[in-house]
Amino acid sequence: MGKALDIKGLQKVYGNDFQALKGIDLSVEEGDFFALLGPNGAGKSTTIGVICSLVKKTAGRVSVFGHDIDQDFSLAKQELGIVPQEFNFSQFETPWRIVLNQAGYYGMPRELAKERAEEYLRKLGLWEKRNDQARMLSGGMKRRLMIVRALIHKPRLLILDEPTAGVDIELRRSMWEFLKEINEAGTTIILTTHYLEEAESLCRNIAIINHGEIVENTSVKALLKTLNKEHFVLDTKEALTQPPELNGYHCQLIEDHSIEIEVEKGQSLNPVFLALQEQGVEVLSMRNKANRLEELFVSMVSKNGGEG
Amino acid sequence: MTLQQQWVALQTILNKEIHRFSRIWVQTLLPPVITMSLYFVIFGTLIGSRIGEMGGFSYMEFVVPGLIMMSVITNSYSNVVSSFYSAKFQHSIEEILVSPTPNYIILIGYVLGGVARGLAVGFLVTLMSLLFTKLQVQNLAITIAIVFLTSVLFSLMGFINAVFANSFDDISIVPTFILTPLTYLGGVFYSISLLPEFWQGVSLLNPILYMVNVFRYGILGVTDIQVHYAFMGVMAFIVVLATISMYLLESGKRLRS
Repeated sequence: MGKALDIKGLQKVYGNDFQALKGIDLSVEEGDFFALLGPNGAGKSTTIGVICSLVKKTAGRVSVFGHDIDQDFSLAKQELGIVPQEFNFSQFETPWRIVLNQAGYYGMPRELAKERAEEYLRKLGLWEKRNDQARMLSGGMKRRLMIVRALIHKPRLLILDEPTAGVDIELRRSMWEFLKEINEAGTTIILTTHYLEEAESLCRNIAIINHGEIVENTSVKALLKTLNKEHFVLDTKEALTQPPELNGYHCQLIEDHSIEIEVEKGQSLNPVFLALQEQGVEVLSMRNKANRLEELFVSMVSKNGGEG
Repeated sequence: MTLQQQWVALQTILNKEIHRFSRIWVQTLLPPVITMSLYFVIFGTLIGSRIGEMGGFSYMEFVVPGLIMMSVITNSYSNVVSSFYSAKFQHSIEEILVSPTPNYIILIGYVLGGVARGLAVGFLVTLMSLLFTKLQVQNLAITIAIVFLTSVLFSLMGFINAVFANSFDDISIVPTFILTPLTYLGGVFYSISLLPEFWQGVSLLNPILYMVNVFRYGILGVTDIQVHYAFMGVMAFIVVLATISMYLLESGKRLRS
């Protein structure tokens, strides 16, 4: 497998001397589902902007499937589909025309464009709205329209900048399923998101960017292994007035019927249940408290100086 | 991109532009026709009948070519400036900028969009003028060539204005403070031979005078200036403006951060 994206020494200094990117190196393998995480202002959107040529880089090299974005810009762009964070289509055009026009900008024959537009608009539930003005669509529909638009020329690399921001849970899940489907069909996907659950459940590899630098670049599995503590919430049958005594474990009462236990890496949970049984506390259910990736993300970003 | 793909991209931009101004025809096509009809009625019929002849023709015959040209100029300009600036404002220009469409195709597409609207309005105004006077075109090739080149020139100007504009106010400054005065003083309503010698010299610095006069020459066969110099001047302006436009697109100024 080759590299879908290869970034070397990417720097961006804006006109006001703000250094948004400080020499980023990043590679994404073909077929990967990759997450690019970082707090607001970390450099995620600038990186994507450079890749799709909306931001002029100060230094460094970027290639998409081996095509340098400066030397072979036409081939590089043919391989690339972009779903930006903000809605960037004419609000007065119809989804049908927006998608067909985008196909035209990639030089796609009209008949083929119509076939694909219908296929994707149907798949993403926009077919009935194809002749409405885009401004009449809901926020979720507008996001899906941008996905259809990005896919119309069948790019091998799809980059989505916060694709599910402001989208309700049901729709978010259906978008995840769709993205998984196209990834399994061979499209490499890079995703930036604030929903860390999204990255954890969709992505195989991950890079965390903060203050214009990559602070972590590894597989999601490997990253989660570095987590030292996990928090579990146990729901009890009887109401509690104080947390049970659990030697060697930090335990706190979070509600009448719920306690939270902190478990160190490698620590067994068996003593917890034995101690609870001895104290007559019956456990009805147990769940992981927070998104594990979120804990890691917060600890990494705060190690690197907080939000940029 | 192959040549065939570039052709598809060009057709797409041009179709999008034609569709845009056709969709809002009440704002784009109808107003100039009504305005020019009022000019025909007031300047041509009511006042013109008291003015008598101008350059050997009735005032209506004299003023019609200038008014057609005026509508072509203003509509070519305003189509590109408003369309391209709106695309910048709504960020929909990014749809083209992230695609492999070469910059020269983007420029040609938008300019041809401006030309399409300029010529559409010019055609409608010409049809309207036939209700007031007879037009016997003396030189069809010159008439078509100058109206096309003028439309290209002002579409390019509109494009440059749109790139630099930061607000919707900025796209009306040039038409209001530069284009309209130059057009009114560009021999649309009078022959510069009526002016004192000094003002005749000043008028010769106005590029619109040359375009209006060549167009009038194509229709009526009379002109205040040398036709071949006018063509050379228009071509030179087009080359300069196209070069500036391409520089703006290639450098990404005000389009890419």
